Amino acid sequence: MNKEDSEPKNISRRKFLKGVGTGVIGGAVLPGVLTSEEKKKTSPPHQGKVPLSLKVNGKAVRVLVEPRTTLVQLLRDHLNLTGAKVTCNHGECGTCTVLLNGKAVYSCHILALDAANKEVITIEGLLAGEKLHPLQEAFIEQDGLQCGYCTPGQIMAAYALLLKHPKPTTEQVKEGMAGNLCRCSTYPNIVKSVMAAAEKNAVKKGKGG
Amino acid sequence: MAGQKIIKSKFFLEDDFLETLAEVPAEEVGAWKPDKKLKIVGAPVSRVDGYDKVSGTAQYTFDVSLPNMAFAKTLRCPHPHARIKSIDISKALKLPGVLAIITHENTPKIPWYYNTSYLFDPHLRYLGDEVACAAAESEEIAAEALKLINVEYEILPFVTDAKKAMEPNAPKLYEEGNIRGGKPSVYKRGDAEKGFKEADAVVEDTFTTRVAVHNPTEVHCSAANWDGDRLTVWDSTQAVFNVRDALARSLNIPANKVRVIKKYMGGGFGSKLAPGKYTVMAAFLARKIGRPVKIALDRKEMNLAVGNRPDSVQKLKAGAKKDGTLTALSHHSYGTVGSHPYGAGCSWPLRTVYQCDNVYVEEYSVYTNAGPARPMRAPGHVQGTFAMDSLIDEIAGKIGMDPLEFRLKNYAEKDQVSNLPYTSKRLKEAYKKGAEAIGWHRRSQPAGSSPGPMKRGIGMATQIWWGGGAPPAYATIRLNRDGSAHVMAGTQDIGTGTYTFIAQVTAEVLEIPIEKITVTLGDTGRCPYCPVSGGSLTAPSVSPAVHHAAQQIKAKLISGAAAILELPEDQLLYQKGVISDKKDPSKKIDITGILRKMQEQELIATGARNANPTGYTINTFGAQFAEVEVDTETGRVKVLKVVAANDIGRVLNWKTAENQFHGGIIQGVSFALMEQRVIDQATGKVLTTNMHDYKMPTVMDMPEIEAYVVSEADNMISSVGAKGLGEPAHIPTAGAIANAVYNAIGVRIKSLPITPDKVLTALQKARRVS
Repeated sequence: MNKEDSEPKNISRRKFLKGVGTGVIGGAVLPGVLTSEEKKKTSPPHQGKVPLSLKVNGKAVRVLVEPRTTLVQLLRDHLNLTGAKVTCNHGECGTCTVLLNGKAVYSCHILALDAANKEVITIEGLLAGEKLHPLQEAFIEQDGLQCGYCTPGQIMAAYALLLKHPKPTTEQVKEGMAGNLCRCSTYPNIVKSVMAAAEKNAVKKGKGG
Repeated sequence: MAGQKIIKSKFFLEDDFLETLAEVPAEEVGAWKPDKKLKIVGAPVSRVDGYDKVSGTAQYTFDVSLPNMAFAKTLRCPHPHARIKSIDISKALKLPGVLAIITHENTPKIPWYYNTSYLFDPHLRYLGDEVACAAAESEEIAAEALKLINVEYEILPFVTDAKKAMEPNAPKLYEEGNIRGGKPSVYKRGDAEKGFKEADAVVEDTFTTRVAVHNPTEVHCSAANWDGDRLTVWDSTQAVFNVRDALARSLNIPANKVRVIKKYMGGGFGSKLAPGKYTVMAAFLARKIGRPVKIALDRKEMNLAVGNRPDSVQKLKAGAKKDGTLTALSHHSYGTVGSHPYGAGCSWPLRTVYQCDNVYVEEYSVYTNAGPARPMRAPGHVQGTFAMDSLIDEIAGKIGMDPLEFRLKNYAEKDQVSNLPYTSKRLKEAYKKGAEAIGWHRRSQPAGSSPGPMKRGIGMATQIWWGGGAPPAYATIRLNRDGSAHVMAGTQDIGTGTYTFIAQVTAEVLEIPIEKITVTLGDTGRCPYCPVSGGSLTAPSVSPAVHHAAQQIKAKLISGAAAILELPEDQLLYQKGVISDKKDPSKKIDITGILRKMQEQELIATGARNANPTGYTINTFGAQFAEVEVDTETGRVKVLKVVAANDIGRVLNWKTAENQFHGGIIQGVSFALMEQRVIDQATGKVLTTNMHDYKMPTVMDMPEIEAYVVSEADNMISSVGAKGLGEPAHIPTAGAIANAVYNAIGVRIKSLPITPDKVLTALQKARRVS
């Protein structure tokens, strides 16, 4: 790890500015086509990309991203990790929940650059090869899902919760899961799944712990 | 076992009697009688698709990514009512990365909304109506392109409120006016006026409910790809065959050239029953640019343009004798269907739930300049049951009778609309079980008498829905030489456990482990036809078809073994895929042995759903009991517990069934207490277009839930004897909560959602009166 990498804020800000300043690769600007009024109206997609280093599911990742790229876009569109879902894209529902340095976050609401030099764990990172994590198994056994779309987010929220409270009370589980919407309203079984996983020390036993 | 024959079949779907000719099994399929002990069907089997869903590898339409894929976004009308005077896409097309733009000017006139409109209609009837669609290298560029499309709108006067829309001088959405069909839908039985005169007590009240929006987590989305003249579409839909047919019609190509795939979907609740405009637009754009095109709506579009549950204003009247006999019921209602044809009727429960000889119904479906309505989990029944069961509580109170006793007094032994008997009805058992479980005797008497500012109350409501299923529905089983099997059916699993019960039924008949069965659904290119995933008809329609197919496979195996072992079929015993001589068990052969001798790689059979019996009505029944706590100082209602007791025929899988009960009930709590689309009447703008402003429940809002099934297999329906559950679980919750709130505070809230402001206002008003 070089010096720059150990100073995430400096590096990302400097490279961000550098990217904005020099990284424009033609294309998005339209001389002679748009009136100045329209140019104001459109703010064309920025094509300047900046380098980003982070750890995803235990592996070092170096990518070039547009500064405005969100963490969930990085995961889904650049790294093909589609477990985290975009549902509201406003930090309201939790289907994009991943772990950032051990804490559950809404990845639609964080810029990828803000994850620079940090460690991200996604639902895919809980698996050991094709083998499910005991927490994932608990969600199957307790039927903690219906359509399954919010499930990766629910499981990651549960994972963060169990890291903090390995033996949570029902109230702690509810509080920990309150930021994750399930429109099928599978909530009773989600709580059961988390409690069952805690009972089996799932997070300790699993690969991620 | 013989193949199929063609018969006439009648069934109910989302408020309509449909008569179809259907291909059904030529011979009766050996039924699983109620007393037949089943090993796998009915057991709490874990979902067979669980791995995909918990591992994050399940591919939803939103996750589909194709090589060289382009992305599309839709330009939507920013006004509640307008007409396009001119549209200029030239500047947008010059934006680098923009690939194509379609509008009403460069696409054929494709009929939409039951021929009342077009895919692109220059007459824009709601804020969010489709104006144009742009494909680009990225979603962001497509969104930028939309800003460069120059549209000149003629702004038209608008109306977003159903009552105002019915006034003579209201802005008109259609030539015929704003009342769909120009007149109300009327239903009469007996003589309601006479019935009211004969009553000892009459109550009359008006109840209102608001527009609710489905808001499934997975946004509506499609990905379209052409290979020459063949089109493949991945779509988040509850009806792959409907989407296939809509695409074939819209693009004027034969159905065989279209393949629609839906493997997993993130919720629908009715909003994904209808083929979406976005799907057809993606296919058009993909053909135009010669590249795959993906289109995904955003949450705002989800709240504007892909359906909702109509609101309702229901004026109800009931008359009863002193002994509790209902003498008459009437229902006058109107509700907004938004900009395009749909029905806002909600009187079905009132027509059929309680025994009453004199009924009058008048319902208006009203067009307004707002997003078009679509079926939403038990269309009409949720709002209708809330109002009806509130009124039933009122009249029971007026004559001083226990509300449950009143309901039992007016128990309907047959379907009063068709005058036919039911194939089965276990509503009395449901009342009994539910009342016991909630502790009905504990309710406050009189209402509002529990001490202190935190008041508790208990209430109930009754559920009726169709959910009997019907033909046509098919399933194909391919039994491999090694004894494993692949089942294919053109239905969808929308989270309800369809994959799992299909595997269970197959495993039960063929006596092979469930791990040896793979199920493929939602693919028009691979699977035989099955109906839409709606109306609570999937399990009752599809499970008998799977049962029929599996029985045919078993019959083939037995017949093969008989030929190989040179024994009569009736001397053979089928056990776990091994067929042996009843007299000499050493003479035996397994699936692999039979297929090898037959020189077959696989045995194939397609089963069909049987016809429903004529002369009977099929319904699901149930009751829910709710206990609430109302804070009379803040007006906040907390639902403490909900008990559901239901007649759903045979339960195929208790694990997934109980889960569906939970979901239906919590969505009911949500409709009762928090969900409402809000439109600013002055501007016509929807104010609730995200998941923060449109309130939906989280884990903190869940009550304690107990669910019971009081029925057994109904073999008059099918060999399997299952009825549906998705909608029954949701229908009576709001009504039960409203009655519980009344029982708690002694004041009736007649408007959903029951928000704190309504509770406080009602309490204040009651105090002023007393």
